[in-house]
Amino acid sequence: MSKQGKRPLTQAEKRNRLINWLWLLVSLAVALAVWFCLSIGEKTARSFPFIPAVIDGMKTMLDRDALLGDFTSSMISVAMGFGLGFVTALPVAFLMAWYTPVRKIIEPWINFIRNIPALAYAPLIVIMLGVGRAPSVVLIWICTFMTMCITIFHGIRNIDNTLVKAAKVLGANDMDIFFRITLPATVPFILTAVRLGLSAGLTTLLAAESTGAQAGLGMRIRTLQTTFETNAMLGYIILIGIIGTLLNTFVDFIERRLTSWQEKREEA
Amino acid sequence: MAGEAGRGVKIRIKDVKKEYHGDHGTTIALNGVNLDIMENEFVCVVGPSGCGKSTLLNILAGLHEATSGDCFLDGERIVGTDVKRGVVFQQYALFPWQTVIQNVMFGPQMKRMPKAQCQEIARKYIKMVGLEDFENSYPKELSGGMKQRVAIARAYANDPEVLLMDEPFGALDAQTRAQLQTELLKTWEQEKKTCFFITHDVDEAVLLAQRVVIMSARPGRIKRVVDIDIPYPRDQGTKSDPRFMELKAEIWNEVYQEYLEVRK
Repeated sequence: MSKQGKRPLTQAEKRNRLINWLWLLVSLAVALAVWFCLSIGEKTARSFPFIPAVIDGMKTMLDRDALLGDFTSSMISVAMGFGLGFVTALPVAFLMAWYTPVRKIIEPWINFIRNIPALAYAPLIVIMLGVGRAPSVVLIWICTFMTMCITIFHGIRNIDNTLVKAAKVLGANDMDIFFRITLPATVPFILTAVRLGLSAGLTTLLAAESTGAQAGLGMRIRTLQTTFETNAMLGYIILIGIIGTLLNTFVDFIERRLTSWQEKREEA
Repeated sequence: MAGEAGRGVKIRIKDVKKEYHGDHGTTIALNGVNLDIMENEFVCVVGPSGCGKSTLLNILAGLHEATSGDCFLDGERIVGTDVKRGVVFQQYALFPWQTVIQNVMFGPQMKRMPKAQCQEIARKYIKMVGLEDFENSYPKELSGGMKQRVAIARAYANDPEVLLMDEPFGALDAQTRAQLQTELLKTWEQEKKTCFFITHDVDEAVLLAQRVVIMSARPGRIKRVVDIDIPYPRDQGTKSDPRFMELKAEIWNEVYQEYLEVRK
C-alpha cells in the first residue's frame, strides 16, 4: 500500500540493517557467554544448565508426551483470553473516551486492580469457576483487558482535535468521523495495545495455570519445580520468551503495513 | 464605508460576544463585534495574540458557538458547520493516513459523489496548487508549504462560498510564505471567493486584503477597519509601493499599540 514498501533500499539503509543485525548477534553472543559462565559456576550451575542439558531436558518432556500438549494448551488459553480481552477492551475504551460517567466509574477500578498481582486473586477465580481451562482464560482476559483498555483509551483521547474539526467543516457526519478519522487515528494505539496485551497474556500464564490446570507451560514449570528438573524448566522458560519475541515481531510486521503513514521518530 | 454598491453582504457578524468559563473565572474573548463582509471580498483580520481573532473564525466556521449575538451567511443564521464555509487551519490538519489525492477528495466524498467524479475534482485542484506529481504521496513526505497547498486544495475541492483561513501561512518560512501569498492572490483574482483571512503579519494583511480589520484585545473587539486602496493584480512587488508602505506603517502602529496594551 505504501510507496516505501516497494522502493528498493538505499545503500545507507542496507548498511543500517546489516549493522542492526550485527548488534543483535553481539547481544546474543554476550547472553550465551553469561549463560555459559552461570552454567559452570559452583552455585549457579544447578539453576542454569547450558544448552545441551536444556535440549536434553526438553527431549525428555517430548518423550513424556508433555511438551506439545503444554504448548498447545497454553496457546489456546492465551489466544482465548487475549481475544476476549481485545473484543471487550476496544468498545469499553471508546465508551470511556466518549462518555465521562463511564470513564469516571471504570478507570479507578482498572487502576486499582492493575497493581494487584494476578497470582493473588487467581485462587478466587478457580474457586468460582472450578478447575479446567475456564479460570485460566478468565484470568488472562482480565489482565489483557485492563492493559489494552487503558492504552486504547489514552490513544483515543490523544487524537488531534483539529483533524476532527477539519473533517466536520468538510461535511463529515458523526459516522464519517468515527470510521474515517477516529478509527484510523486510533490504529497505532490499538497496535501498541495488542503488543502490550500479548505480553500481559504471556506474563499472566503462570498465575493463570497456577491452580488446577491439566496442562500448560506455566503449570509444567510449577510441576518441574517440585522435582527439581531444572533442565526442562529452563527450557520451558526460554520457550515462553521465544513465543513472546515471535509475537512481538509479528505485531511489528503488521504495524509497518498499517501505519507506514506515521511520521517516524528516527532510530539510530 | 464597506464594499462597493451592487454587491451584497455575504457574511454579517452582529453583536457577537463570546465568554469562556475557565478555572480562573470568566474570560470575555469577544465583545460587541459587528462586521459586514461583502460578496467576493477579501478581508484580513490582524491583532495581538489573545484578541479573539481565531475565536471569531471558529464561530463563523460553526465550530464554536457565540455566547450572544449572531452570524449570518447570505442572511441565514450560522448554526454548526457547513460545506459552504471552507476552513484552512494553521496546522494544515491533513489526514496523515491518506494520500494527497485522498485528502483532497474527502469533501466531495462526504457529498456522496461517485468516486470517479471525486477524483476528477481532486485532480483539478491538486493541479491548481501545482502538486500533480505528488498525488499519491503521504503528508509525511511533504514539506510544510506543500502540506498547506494540499489543505488549500482540499478546501477548494468542496467548492465553498466562503473561505475562512486561520493564519494559514503562519508556520511557514518567509520564502514559502511569499510564494503561497502570490498563489493565493492569483487564485482569488480568478475565482473571487469571499475570503476571511486571519494573520498576525501586517505585511501579509495589506498585501492580500481589500479591507484590514484591526482587533484589540481584552475583550476582543474591532478597533478599526482600514480600506486598502491598492489596485489588483498585486504581487510581492506591491510591497515596495509607497501607498503599501504608508498603510502598513499605519496599521502596524495601531497593532503595536494594542500589543503594548495587552502587555500592561
